[in-house]
Order: sequence, then C-alpha cells, then structure tokens
Amino acid sequence: MSSPQSTKAVETLLAPTKRPIKVLVAKIGIDGHDRGAKVIARALKDAGFEVVYTGIRQTPRQVAIAAVQEDVDVIGVSILSGAHMHHIKKLMEELKELNADDIPVVVGGTIPIPDIEPLKKLGVREVFLPGTSLRKIVEIVRTLAREKREKEKLI
Amino acid sequence: MPPLFNKDEVGRIKKEIEYWEKELVPQWLKRLPERMSEFTTLSGIPVKRIYTPADLEDFDYMEKLGLPGAYPYTRGIHATMYRARLWTMRMFSGFGGPEETNARLKFLIKHGETGLSLAFDYPTLIGIDPDDPLAEGEVGIVGVSVPTLKDMEIIFDGIDMSTVTTNMTINPPAPVLLSFYVATAEKQGVPYTKIGGTTQNDPLKEFIAQKSYVFPPEPAVKVAMDLIEWSVKNLPKWNPISISGYHIREAGSTAVQELAFTIADGIEYVRQLINRGLDVDEFAPRLSFFFDAHINFFEEIAKFRAARRMWAKIMKEWFGAKKPRSMWMRFHTQTAGVSLTAQQPFNNIVRTAIEALAAVLGGTQSLHTNSFDEPFRVPSEFAAKIALRTQQIIAYETGVADTIDPLAGSYYVEWLTDEIEERAWRYIERIERMGGMLEAVKKGFPQREITEASYQFQKDVEEGRKFIVGVNIFVEEEEEEVRNVPLLEFDQEEIEARQKKRIKEIRSNRNKQRWERALNELRKAAERGENIMPYVLEAAKAYATLGEIMSTLKEVYGVYVEPPIY
Repeated sequence: MSSPQSTKAVETLLAPTKRPIKVLVAKIGIDGHDRGAKVIARALKDAGFEVVYTGIRQTPRQVAIAAVQEDVDVIGVSILSGAHMHHIKKLMEELKELNADDIPVVVGGTIPIPDIEPLKKLGVREVFLPGTSLRKIVEIVRTLAREKREKEKLI
Repeated sequence: MPPLFNKDEVGRIKKEIEYWEKELVPQWLKRLPERMSEFTTLSGIPVKRIYTPADLEDFDYMEKLGLPGAYPYTRGIHATMYRARLWTMRMFSGFGGPEETNARLKFLIKHGETGLSLAFDYPTLIGIDPDDPLAEGEVGIVGVSVPTLKDMEIIFDGIDMSTVTTNMTINPPAPVLLSFYVATAEKQGVPYTKIGGTTQNDPLKEFIAQKSYVFPPEPAVKVAMDLIEWSVKNLPKWNPISISGYHIREAGSTAVQELAFTIADGIEYVRQLINRGLDVDEFAPRLSFFFDAHINFFEEIAKFRAARRMWAKIMKEWFGAKKPRSMWMRFHTQTAGVSLTAQQPFNNIVRTAIEALAAVLGGTQSLHTNSFDEPFRVPSEFAAKIALRTQQIIAYETGVADTIDPLAGSYYVEWLTDEIEERAWRYIERIERMGGMLEAVKKGFPQREITEASYQFQKDVEEGRKFIVGVNIFVEEEEEEVRNVPLLEFDQEEIEARQKKRIKEIRSNRNKQRWERALNELRKAAERGENIMPYVLEAAKAYATLGEIMSTLKEVYGVYVEPPIY
C-alpha cells in the first residue's frame, strides 16, 4: 500500500483529468461460471470505477486486445475451469506482445493454493480465492490502478 | 375438509401469544436483546420468533399433505420411501481421459456407490473436440473428455451397462453423448429396454445460469425435445431430461427463484412436448428434476416439499395427467457447491453433511455430496470417499430414514413450505404473463433476477447480515490446514496430448463413406426440422466426432452469443 502522502500526490496528479479508474473484468476459457465476475463487476462499479465486462468464453488474445483498446488500468480475470495456469501464461504473453504488460493483472476463481506462487511468477499481481471480500478486491484494484497511473506520470 | 386445528383452540393460542408478546418477551429482550434485528432465511423470507397452530389456521391436512405415495405427494412420491429403498448415492465423477474415469468408476462401485454419474470436461460440455483451439488447456480438467464413441467404450470397459444406471451431466451435446452411450451398450449386447440413466438435457437453464449453451434458445429447446421424444419411444428406462434448479441456485438465485424457475422450465417443456402431439402420460413419467441443497436447513426441506406439491398440481390440473407417475416430481439433489469455502476447508465436510441431511429429510430420490476440497479442484479420492461416507452415515446410523417425512407437522416447516410455494407461484404467474419461460429467457428476466439476488447476498455477507464461518466470522489469518489439503494430481498436458492423438487416429481409421453420409443425412434432417436423434446415433456409430456433429448442427441452427450484462 502506498503511504497517505503519496496517495494524495497521485490524486493531485489525477485531478485535472478526473478520469475514473477503469477495469476490465474478463472471463477467459470456456467455463460459464459468471456469478463471481458479475458480482465483482458490480461492486467495482458501485465503488465508482468504470467497468468493462467481456462476457464468457474469451481467449487470452481477445482479452489483451480489449484491455488495450479500452485503455484500462487493471485487468481482472475470472477462471473457474482449472485451466488458469495455461490461460494466464498466454494472457501475459499477449499483453507483452501488445506492449501492454504494464497493465496489472489480478486473477480470481477456484485456484489451488500451490498455483498462487507460480501465477505471481508469471506476473499476476494478486490472486483472489473464493470468499475474498469485495472491499478487499476494490481496495487492491484501486491501489494497483493508482500505482500504474503514478508510473505513467513519471515517464 | 375441516382445518387441522379447531377454531376455539386456535383462538386460545392466539390470546396466549398476545399475552406472551406483550408481557413475557419484552422482559427477556430487556435482559438479553436478540442476536439480530431481523432474522431471515437465505431467500430473505422473514423468520418469526415462534410458529404455532395460529400460523396454520386453515391448514387442511389432506389437501396440503396427504399421505406418501398419494396426491399431492408433499410427503413423498413413494408410499414406503426410504424404509423400502434408500436414495441412490450418486457421486458425480470424471476427470482426465476415459482411462482415468474408468478407474474412478470402478473405485466408486467397489465402495458401494449405487449409481454412476459422469462429469464431462468443458470442451465436451460445449461440444468441441480436444484439438479445437478453444479447448487448449481445458481438456480433462473438470471432467472426462469424451469426443468420440471410442472414448465412451473405454469408460465402460469392464463395467456391465445392464446393471448400472448412468447420469450424464450434458446439455447442448446431449444427443451426441446419449448416442455414444447407447452405441456402447449395444456393443456390450445390452438391449434398449435395459439401458438406464439420465441426460441432463435442460436447455433453458443454460441461458439462465449454467452458460454452456451452444445454439440459440429456440433450436436449443427443439434439440432437447427431440431427445426426449426419441428416448420416450425407444429407451423405456431412460430419464431424458433432468430439469435443473441446481445451476440456477449456484448462480446466485434464492431458494424461491430456484424452485419457481425450475418449475417454469418444466412447464415450458411439457407444453412443447404436448404441441408435438405427445400424450402427457406418455412422457411425463420420464421427466426428472435436480435441485440444490443449500445450508439454510429448514428452508431447503420446505422447498423440496413445496416442489412436489406444486408439480403434482400442475400436472394434474393444468395438463390433465391421469397417471400418478406423471404427477411425481422425482428429483436428484446435490449439496451446494457455492456454500463451500476455500478458508478452513475441512469445515466443508460439516456443511455438506447438514445439506445432505436436508435433502434426505426433503425426500430426494438420489443425492450427490460434494467433497471438501472442491473450492480448489475436482475432488481427490480421499475427499470423495468422505463425501460418500457422509451419505452412508445419514442412511445407516442416524435413523432419519426410518419414518417418512418426519418434519411434517412442524409448525415452522409447514408454514415455510406454504410460504415458499406462495412466493414461487407469484414468479410463475409473472413468467406465464410473459408467454412462458422460453420467452422470459429471451427477455433476460430470470437472468436479471439472479444477478440481482447474488449481488444482494454478497452484500449481506460483506455487511455482516449473513455469516460464513472462516470467511466473515471466526476468520483465521494463517491457515496451516489449507496448505495440507491433499489435492488430486494429474498430468493435464499428457491427457490433452493423448486425447488429441486418439481423435486423430479415429479420424484417419474410420469408414470415410459411412462417416460422410451420416453427417450429410444429419444436416438434411436438421434442415427439414425432423427429429435429429436417429441421425446423430448413426453419426456416432460412424465415429463422427462430437465436434463434427455439433458443427454440422451449428451450421443449421446458429450459435448463441450472450449480451455481457452484469
């Protein structure tokens, strides 16, 4: 978490545009479990973020392209098919190819504990297991978005 | 018929309650306030402090309950229920390739399982082959990969298909998987009259909740009705459809919505089949249902009892069914996957036991108990065995199966049964006004209701109105035990490669002429609007793959894409 001061600094930086944090909520793979994705999309929206939801059965490439086109601050991927290792590896490759690997990626779903570290090694910033509170998700997404914007200002 | 309680007695009780509420309760509340300002069921139905005969003032026993095995079947569809035969312990299983699933089925049979239930992997569920680009990384994970007749032959190698019944959780590709099954049984020499089991084959709930749809709603329903019609005429022991509330509930609906939407789906199918010229008593005895058993104990029991009463009434009064069997709501139950937590996962064993008990007290015909490790992955053998043993403990140790519908007459359970039924009827009336469930689904009505309910529930958890142990109460920061859960390990990449190799071999070894002719005939039959089942069966026997058969049908029927609304 950033210190209160740096948060304030970022807010000042953002002030002229006041562009709300924009999040892509994506379902990668072919599982149809969209309850979690929808609840989270809704919670992010209620927190004042702009949310783009992809719908189900998206490929990693489609999601990477959508993230770039929509110019999002964070990508949240929901996978409950067990194929997360495969799909996230692909997503990271696609983002890199599109020069968009600065967009932080968070993942949620039925993820076995032993897969959390390997996912983080692939570059995933946070893994949300079932039962994670919406408040925590909103906070982390906000922090990641701010960090990303802060970095952009420095460039 | 006279009400169960006489008027004078109810009057006396009411007076007593009045006094109790004015005098006694406030004294207690002053000393010790209640835990919540309002108590509600998981469906948000307010729960009062106490229920008495005053809540069942006009309760007519024979009209509301009757006896087990007799209309309106509230107390059970059989006169002897579990005293004669326990529910079928049917554990959903399947992972990897057909070889792994064959071994798992034999393991479960050895441990006393009485009915098989096949879980398919995602590529199979949406009707694509393992070498389809969309299937990459998904083959064999959440269930078994069955893209050809050959795979089904391997699954049942060494298992006598005349002695087992098999549930297949499959929807848009149901005609294909049923054809694989029937063709395999034929090869074993099993006559059609002895082929028993279930295909889920419930298209409407795919759009409402499960989201493994392929075709748009209308052709999806048409294909499902084809299977039912063919099965009713050819496979007397097959349950061609399992009208499912389970997925609706898991997607976040309330118990009332689960009940109402499932019954509304059933009504739509009955109408469709009658419109095809079928006699209601010819097919209705073959319809079966599938519900969720969630954690709010009494609400679930009340839901099951209300379901039986409502369906019997609909079949008798709306559709003029004559045979008792047409009025029976036979159902399978699965404990609530969504009630399981990744936090302190061993607690899931307890949750599942309570939910299983509710299903049994609700009079289910068969039951699947979830394994405690399922928030992470498909179950390990160890976890699956505990889940099966949970059912056996309920069946053989607790005594709950020794008398029928033991909670009948509980003031609370009877009141709640009536309340849930009443609320479900209101939903059904709304759906009827929209023109039935097919129309309601096209309008997105049940989809929106569920999205709303699931968000509401999450907020209730978030804001401490509903509790989940280990999640928002009794939380542990460092969870040693989570790291010690032994998960099922298998080499997914090896399985995917094996399945790709096998399908390639099948494509190059099959009789090209028979295969080509079968797919052409299938396409033409679909274009003519004929029942596709005989053509799918021939294509399956010609070793056409699942993906090929489904692609042929997609060319005729089109493909559904859901608007991404949240």
